[in-house]
Amino acid sequence: MKTDPSGVLTGQHYLDGDHACGEGAMAAGCRFVAGYPITPSTEVVERISRRFPMMGGTFIQMEDEMASMAAIIGASWTGTKSMTVTSGPGFSLMMENIGLAAMMETPCVIVNVQRGGPSTGLPTNVGQADMMQARWGSHGDYEIIALSPQSPQEAFDVMIDAFNLSEIYRVPVMVMTDECVGHMTEKVVIPKAEDIEIVPRKLTDKPPGEFWPYVADRNMIPEFARAGDGYRFHSTGLTHNERGYPVMSAECQQECVTRLVDKIRLNAEDIVRFEEEDIDGADVVLVTYGITARVARRGIDIARNKGVKVGVIRLIVVWPFPERHIRELAPKIKAFVVPEINYGQIVLEVERCAAGQTLTVLVPHMGGTVHDPEDIANAILEAAK
Amino acid sequence: MSKVAEQIPTEEMEHPVAPYLRMDRIPHIWCPTCGIGTVVRCYADALEHSKIDLDKVAIVSGIGCTGRVAGYMRLDAFHTTHGRAIPFATGLKLGRPELLVTVFSGDGDLVGIGGNHFIHAARRNLDILVILVNNFIYGMTGGQNAPTTPTTARTSTMPFGNFERPFNLPHLAESCGATYVARWTSLHIRRLTKSFREAISRKGFRFVEVIAPCATLYARLNKLGTGFNLMRFYHDNAVIDHGADTRDLDISFQDRIICGKFVDKERPTYSEMMHEHYRNALGDKFVPLPEEGGMIRDTGEKPDSKGKKPAKSQKRKASASKSSRK
Ligand SMILES: Cc1ncc(C[n+]2csc(CCOP(=O)(O)OP(=O)(O)O)c2C)c(N)n1
Ligand code: SF4
Ligand SMILES: [Mg+2]
Repeated sequence: MKTDPSGVLTGQHYLDGDHACGEGAMAAGCRFVAGYPITPSTEVVERISRRFPMMGGTFIQMEDEMASMAAIIGASWTGTKSMTVTSGPGFSLMMENIGLAAMMETPCVIVNVQRGGPSTGLPTNVGQADMMQARWGSHGDYEIIALSPQSPQEAFDVMIDAFNLSEIYRVPVMVMTDECVGHMTEKVVIPKAEDIEIVPRKLTDKPPGEFWPYVADRNMIPEFARAGDGYRFHSTGLTHNERGYPVMSAECQQECVTRLVDKIRLNAEDIVRFEEEDIDGADVVLVTYGITARVARRGIDIARNKGVKVGVIRLIVVWPFPERHIRELAPKIKAFVVPEINYGQIVLEVERCAAGQTLTVLVPHMGGTVHDPEDIANAILEAAK
Repeated sequence: MSKVAEQIPTEEMEHPVAPYLRMDRIPHIWCPTCGIGTVVRCYADALEHSKIDLDKVAIVSGIGCTGRVAGYMRLDAFHTTHGRAIPFATGLKLGRPELLVTVFSGDGDLVGIGGNHFIHAARRNLDILVILVNNFIYGMTGGQNAPTTPTTARTSTMPFGNFERPFNLPHLAESCGATYVARWTSLHIRRLTKSFREAISRKGFRFVEVIAPCATLYARLNKLGTGFNLMRFYHDNAVIDHGADTRDLDISFQDRIICGKFVDKERPTYSEMMHEHYRNALGDKFVPLPEEGGMIRDTGEKPDSKGKKPAKSQKRKASASKSSRK
């Protein structure tokens, strides 16, 4: 394996989604990974644990996922780009500290290679049922960013985006991939290091005496100081003021939490990302993401052959959701059809944004396999009537 | 005005440990005669006398009355989640190995909810100093039972007395691999400070347990008076026995408390073992994470590239997310 000095594995490779995801993280500048083994995500850290010792990175297998999540927050406060990797049960254990990362505004990346749940569920088979948990799983109000790749190539690509977005907005960013993408092997093309755009940690220029860790800029994002640079700052999971000091008041709660939420909500238009196809004049628009977007191709073809005008919105960034776009499209079409490997999660968001202006149809599938494309085709045909 | 106030120009006097504290956050939240403040003072004293660069000292607390310590220390200080101070500190230490990382938290936090992290960090010999204030109770939440509550002591969730067996913490720490283990009470100010200084100068997983009064809950629920009465109890019942076998350090309700330094030995730390192992396995190919952190800087060389020129991409603005946005 030949990499450049920064560890970027430039060239064409035949990789599964998990390995591509690990390569993406390393290319994005990730140098600290803490994880706990769980199928179907383990290959990501296996890849990294082989590569890190030769590129200035540290991988540590922690005692559980609570520890893994806490460790990557700690490492991120040294300026070292950090991530953890897991699947459903581990994702559940990470939730409290994901809230801490959101509250402390710590850039970090969490990869969830989704499998069937709830509980231990289907450890080795595909699911997409953690999508709402990604957004709401920790207590309290906060916002995160989540991306969902449909292929090993995109697993690589979204890892770069995930790290960059976590740096820009100082939030935990989740890569919500799935067992199918994780274990699917395809061609992955990795650019040269200098062609990969990476966002470095934006360190404050202020001298220590003048620096407060939670003074937000116009984009609502505070400047960062690393532990060990002489700033002697304080950061806490308690409601805090601009100095980072805890203040137990309704006013401070209002200010602190509003900004945590608004820095994503008000910047959502800059963050949302999706691909569109044949939207103009469509009768039915499929809203889809992850592996299901690929399975749906066959269902779309079947429906198109029967004369239905089908448009597609494929979400790459799932959270924040392209709210305005769905709302504006809703009155122009007969229906949205949302296939997902769960019993209705993203469909709720589509329905909310459509706000009764059009029909929204779920094509549920409980997981273990991907959808039968016929089911997606039938749902489209039914919705087009 | 009282005579004393007239005689001493209090405004001009600074408390000797004030430079180590966030004086803008004083008064603190701790109750009168609580023991935590004394332990903080000893730690600050130890820092002062250790002559170390305070810019490179980080402190991490979990949640609880003791968990508030990080918020009062004028250091890079993190107040994290309940039980997770040690794994947070693990990331800090491994992310920037040059840091001197102290975990300062309560008994419930470190060996109740966080017990698993405690034993694993000790097993790995992670290079951190762990200060545990053992008040035999969950103070912050109102006096519930802790994994350190002596058998028969009353707590709010063991109203008829605790029937569980508490941890013997020095023994736990030693058997998991800690390289420095000591126990003091908050009465032993000089010895405790010396112990902190010693521990600061050592490497590896260093553990100092400090028995301290929780006046408001432990003392009240057990009708033991105030913090002052507990201090008197320590005075009468603490036995110093350096080098004692840690198996013999159980604490029974209102019984003697064996204090001292029990373990002080050398063992390669987690990072030393990792480095040695990878050097053996990979030779020149091994590139450790830089001492000052694995940050890829805005300008300048990537820390992991051996003598390579700064990559152009480092300077470019973020637009990965914008390039294919619709
Ligand atoms: C996950 C979680 N569970 C429970 C709590 C509530 N809680 C806060 S402090 C505490 C106990 C702290 O006890 P200890 O570590 O002994 O600290 P002390 O207050 O005695 O110093 C508990 C249970 C919490 N904050 N988080
Ligand atoms: S409740 Fe107990 S431990 Fe907490 S501050 Fe008061 S005396 Fe100290
Ligand atoms: Mg306690």
